[in-house]
Amino acid sequence: MNDQPFFSALQKIYPKDRLLTQGVQLLAYESDALTSFQAKPTAVVIPETQEEAIETVRLCHQFGVPFVARGSGTSLSGGSLPIKDGIVIALNRLNHIKKLDPDQRIAVVEPGVVNLHISQAADRYNLYYAPDPSSQPVCTIGGNVAFNSGGAHCLKYGMTSNHILGLKVVLADGEVVEFGSESLEGVGVGPDLIGLFVGSEGLFGIALEITVRLLPKPELYRTVLAAYNDLETAGNAVAMVVASGLLPGAMEIMDRLAIKAAESGVDAGYPENAAALLIVELEGEAEQVETEFEEIMEVIKESGAYEVRVAKDAEQRLQIWKGRKGAFSSVGRLSPDYIVQDGVVPRSHLGKALAEIDRLSQEYGLDVANVFHAGDGNLHPLILFNGREPGALEHAEELAGKILKMCVDLGGSITGEHGVGMEKRRYMPAMFSEVDLETMKAIRRQIDPKEISNRGKMFPGGEAPALKMTGMHPLEAQGIISRE
Amino acid sequence: MSLQPTTLEELQEMITANRSLLPVGGGTKPALSAASNGATRLDMSRLSGLIEYEPGEYTFTAYAGTPVRDIVAALAEHGQYLPFDPPLVERGATLGGVVAANTAGSGRYRYGGVRDFIIGVRFVDGRSQLVRGGGKVVKNAAGFDLPKFMVGSAGRFGAFVDLSFKVFPEPRAYVTLKAVFPGLGPALGAISSLFTAPNEMDVLDLEPLADGRFSLIARLGGLSSALPGRIERLQSFLYAKTEAVSHEVIQAEADAALWQQVNAFAWAGDGLCLVKVPISPKRIPLLENVVHGLAPRRRYTAGGNIAWLAVSDIDSLDAVLNTVNLPGVVLFGPPGRPFIGPRPGVSLARRVKQALDPSGKFLEI
Repeated sequence: MNDQPFFSALQKIYPKDRLLTQGVQLLAYESDALTSFQAKPTAVVIPETQEEAIETVRLCHQFGVPFVARGSGTSLSGGSLPIKDGIVIALNRLNHIKKLDPDQRIAVVEPGVVNLHISQAADRYNLYYAPDPSSQPVCTIGGNVAFNSGGAHCLKYGMTSNHILGLKVVLADGEVVEFGSESLEGVGVGPDLIGLFVGSEGLFGIALEITVRLLPKPELYRTVLAAYNDLETAGNAVAMVVASGLLPGAMEIMDRLAIKAAESGVDAGYPENAAALLIVELEGEAEQVETEFEEIMEVIKESGAYEVRVAKDAEQRLQIWKGRKGAFSSVGRLSPDYIVQDGVVPRSHLGKALAEIDRLSQEYGLDVANVFHAGDGNLHPLILFNGREPGALEHAEELAGKILKMCVDLGGSITGEHGVGMEKRRYMPAMFSEVDLETMKAIRRQIDPKEISNRGKMFPGGEAPALKMTGMHPLEAQGIISRE
Repeated sequence: MSLQPTTLEELQEMITANRSLLPVGGGTKPALSAASNGATRLDMSRLSGLIEYEPGEYTFTAYAGTPVRDIVAALAEHGQYLPFDPPLVERGATLGGVVAANTAGSGRYRYGGVRDFIIGVRFVDGRSQLVRGGGKVVKNAAGFDLPKFMVGSAGRFGAFVDLSFKVFPEPRAYVTLKAVFPGLGPALGAISSLFTAPNEMDVLDLEPLADGRFSLIARLGGLSSALPGRIERLQSFLYAKTEAVSHEVIQAEADAALWQQVNAFAWAGDGLCLVKVPISPKRIPLLENVVHGLAPRRRYTAGGNIAWLAVSDIDSLDAVLNTVNLPGVVLFGPPGRPFIGPRPGVSLARRVKQALDPSGKFLEI
């Protein structure tokens, strides 16, 4: 690092084992779950207290050194990709659950707490933390807040932002601000600062303390798996369920290629020869769910499914979800490399969108597997390719871009839950006007005048590290995380 | 002075030519909407009407000046509703006003408040620029979440042009159960027991009674065939696990009439100032103690997470809220100072103000 005074100041905060500067030590921080981007930071610091994190941000601001806050590095959009000549602030040791109050159904946690650990801690009170990105066994709540993470069960209870009640943050210029409360109403008075901060992709600063709401665990789940001879019929079944006026907790579809992957990866035991599978899950108070279940079975029967299975117990329910949640990592068995997309279309255009993806897949000569949150129109096309072939990644990226543009043309979005990060910033102008983007940048500059906090993300332009394809994330290869 | 734009272009011109503007919808929350100290009313009522509503999508986009009443009626035709239960519908509250004031009624208990259903906004900022945030689909993580930021923004950052929301299917039937408790402690105890119980409720309100007792009012929505069993179960739960001393079940027209009155803040009476205070259930005893001297009429909604206080004197309440560190927003009352008590995070809000309205076209935050 050229900036010797900055480095000396860091040394005053951190002992050697928490200030990493050697090449080998830095290797693990070079990329996140979007492995096609890599950049080496100058240093990684590992604060153990909020004060250390605050002090670090203040130094970065003083010396104009860019920083990236990082949890477990599971971002699928390159959100926690380091900045060349910048530092990484690794928050994994700020991992205390500071308060868990079942009487008010809240928890106060630090950013390095793993998503699933909150639900595990709340379990004995019959409570849980609802947002369930499929990386939830490893991803941290700080990253969830930065990227407003979603999951399969967002349909009924919303994304991360809908579950955050209070925040203590250090802004990029070192000011510490607290807003929101332990009330379900959150901010409640004045503009919704939580709404602004959650999903800002780290561009405003770092969340140090997060008050989340917990929900009572549903008394009963009813999980239905329906097999169809073609994708369109499955898509129409979703429209029928939506039209019925019932509100399932989750509605998911997998296509033939995704099913094949799930079978080879996790031995899901799904109905054979299905061209599409629909998973519908009802959850809630037992008597209500049982009544809804009768109605939904009528709908499914009329939807043209050739086989319908109902999970008889918790084990069978998990088996159904195992195939779905493991579908992405299983795709790695069918192809050396793949790109996951995250576009959203209005639900009534699902069929049209899938047909267009199929057409593009043929035009580009690349297989595309589809796994998606059908209930809210959130598509996850997986574009399969071989990164060892010259130009293959660029070819696949071009197809991915066409799919995102189609989503915008249909009135949707370029990202439902993975965020813009590095990966989709060049598509932002397809969705937002110059004025929209300039306004967002103006807000960013008021909060981070030197643009040091997660520099280079979300907005188009700026320096981009070289693209490089290296296959699956190591955790993904081990089946610990999966891309949803 | 009052201005009334009828088109987007007019709105932009008016913002360019004026300052100290206060966008106003139906004027149902006068403390937020009446202009004082030389402020100019920007009457948004002519930018009105549903722009897009596709029932199969469960989303709609409407001009900010659209009366919520019209939206409720359009949604009801397709069995859909606004789950955050905006109040003052019959009095003429507009969609933009609901967002600017962040008002959600008792029904927000089940699925969340205004912030949890808004998905898109277009507004003209203090630089007269038309800015869009969010979109029209139910799930969207692209760009800063300006739609949520605008909830509670009180017209300080720009004038809304149109707003997009997601909606839900409305429960097909409702039943209300009102249970009486000997005091605040037992009533709060019941709330905390219900918080970890499997019983699902659309509403959970806490209401002080004249004799010092408290009643808990739960409204259950769902499929009509399941409701009798669910109400019975809730009843048994309250007698077995809490200190409920009596109860009544309210159904059909009586149920609808009760909640219509609550929606209109009928309990608050006439002539008093009405203030909303976000609170957590455990802090209610503290608030009850300190506001005692002001003899407020009051009601707690969302399972004891929002206090609504009707008082005659705002200054005294302001002082009291400062002592217990609870912020409040005035809905009915004298104009000019809607925010009382502490202002957590206001420095961050002011930074955003600097970006969106650098020359102070709209009122100070």
